[in-house]
Amino acid sequence: MFSGEREETLRTGRYLIPILGIAGLLAAFALASGDARAEELAKFMVKDGNSIPQSLTGRPGTPENGRKVAIDRKKGNCLACHAMPVPEQPFHGAVGPDLAGVGSRYDAGELRLRIVNPKYANPDTIMPAFYKANGLHRVLKGFEGKSLLSAEEVEDVVAYLVTLKE
Amino acid sequence: MHVKILIGTAAATAVLAGFSSAALTGGEWGKYQVGDLRSGYTYAAPETRAIQDDDFENPAMLALDYGAELWSMKDGDANKSCADCHNDAEDSMKGVGARYPAFYEPWDKPINVELRINECRENNMKAKPWKYESREMLGMTSYVKYQSRDMPVNVDIGGPSTPFFQKGKAFYYERRGQLDLACKHCHEDNSGNMIRANLLSQGQSNGFPTYRLKWQGVGSLHRRFRGCNSQVRSTPFGYGSDEYVNLELYLAWRGRGLPVESPSVRN
Ligand code: HEC
Ligand code: HEC
Ligand code: HEC
Repeated sequence: MFSGEREETLRTGRYLIPILGIAGLLAAFALASGDARAEELAKFMVKDGNSIPQSLTGRPGTPENGRKVAIDRKKGNCLACHAMPVPEQPFHGAVGPDLAGVGSRYDAGELRLRIVNPKYANPDTIMPAFYKANGLHRVLKGFEGKSLLSAEEVEDVVAYLVTLKE
Repeated sequence: MHVKILIGTAAATAVLAGFSSAALTGGEWGKYQVGDLRSGYTYAAPETRAIQDDDFENPAMLALDYGAELWSMKDGDANKSCADCHNDAEDSMKGVGARYPAFYEPWDKPINVELRINECRENNMKAKPWKYESREMLGMTSYVKYQSRDMPVNVDIGGPSTPFFQKGKAFYYERRGQLDLACKHCHEDNSGNMIRANLLSQGQSNGFPTYRLKWQGVGSLHRRFRGCNSQVRSTPFGYGSDEYVNLELYLAWRGRGLPVESPSVRN
């Protein structure tokens, strides 16, 4: 596309792969933490860089509330980038894949990882980490040290996504 | 007024624009496309493009007219107007909009048109600088840039400008804000994709100052930068800040060859 730039992006990508390779190995069954004011965020385990098997709250979430959180522009705002089976809402984005059927493609642990921090799966992704609060640059006043979603909300969204079967 | 009615339908037309621009590929955008580079014009809704195409409908022309008026108005302790020193803007300002930001030796850094105008006001006219986003500054910037209309953007990033250009480039690729996004995630990786009801463009700068239907007024490129920073919940930089001028230089270079479109109209 921008030929000069593209090359650069790829090069960054190549640095990232080895780094993440190591991080991924370490992360396999290592304790990661959501971080900052970290005390407040639950600790979680990343398995094989591809799954967070255990619930962040130790309890299953509520699918009905997960659907609401996903739609809410001030919370998940998933419709900004994804088409979803929520026909009552206009203007679904097309930046990411359609989430219809996503519960058949991934299990709960894999879905949780993709909500908590999709950069574990794809370091270059545009999709934000919904359960991360530090290591962020120049965060607007009032949002510093805060994750986009709470542990409960993440679990609710995961529970909702699991219901989206093919 | 025509424009007001359109605002209500802007979101819907943005969706339609998604389809029409997908259909029109392969250099069919005439002067608004240079190779893979496409002006924001080509991503705007058809109704929005129609307003820009018609100089009589284009509400940005009011800003331009005001700029033209100011050009020959005396001001400051020196009691001079721009015209007293620069005569006919059509000649003296031709090409400025395509070349800026440009390195300015007295400040040892690149500056943009807005800062250059205020430099003349302070030093050459002994007048108070205009506020960055004031009607005066937007009008004069539009007027100065308009004198380069349709000329290809062609900034100099060599020599002393290079380190500033590099900083602008780093900014473009740096993730920021609570959403942790860089400019490139939206404008390089996803141009042509719908983000909710908005069709993402390449985020080119060749149309600024622009009349934005959402703003219901003319705004500067730095206002747009502040919006794009804030929407990822990142603290914006100041109008005319070094960070934004460097970014402006880099962005102009990305869009080199696109025609100066100021003042443009966008959704
Ligand atoms: C800024 C855009 C953006 C937002 C907002 C966003 N996503 Fe994503 N999402 C993506 C992209 C792009 C992908 C494709 C994979 C990648 O980039 O790593 C993706 C992938 C996914 C996947 C994996 C799907 C698959 O088929 O592989 C799931 C699940 C997902 N997103 C869920 C969500 C949920 C739930 C929300 C809201 C809480 C959300 N996303 C918000 C952009 C986004
Ligand atoms: C979350 C996505 C997103 C990010 C990140 C983002 N922008 Fe934007 N930007 C938009 C949207 C949406 C618009 C309005 C539609 C369009 O022109 O793409 C826009 C418009 C623009 C425009 C106006 C284009 C025109 O033709 O009028 C410029 C310039 C721009 N962005 C620059 C930037 C810069 C520089 C950055 C990084 C500091 C940035 N954007 C980051 C979403 C984004
Ligand atoms: C007293 C004389 C004087 C006045 C009044 C004056 N300028 Fe200037 N201006 C200059 C000089 C001298 C330069 C430097 C010329 C050069 O570098 O070729 C300059 C340069 C500029 C440049 C940069 C041109 C380029 O090619 O890089 C711009 C833009 C400009 N002036 C705009 C304005 C505007 C707008 C006004 C009125 C608000 C104004 N000037 C008033 C003397 C003046």
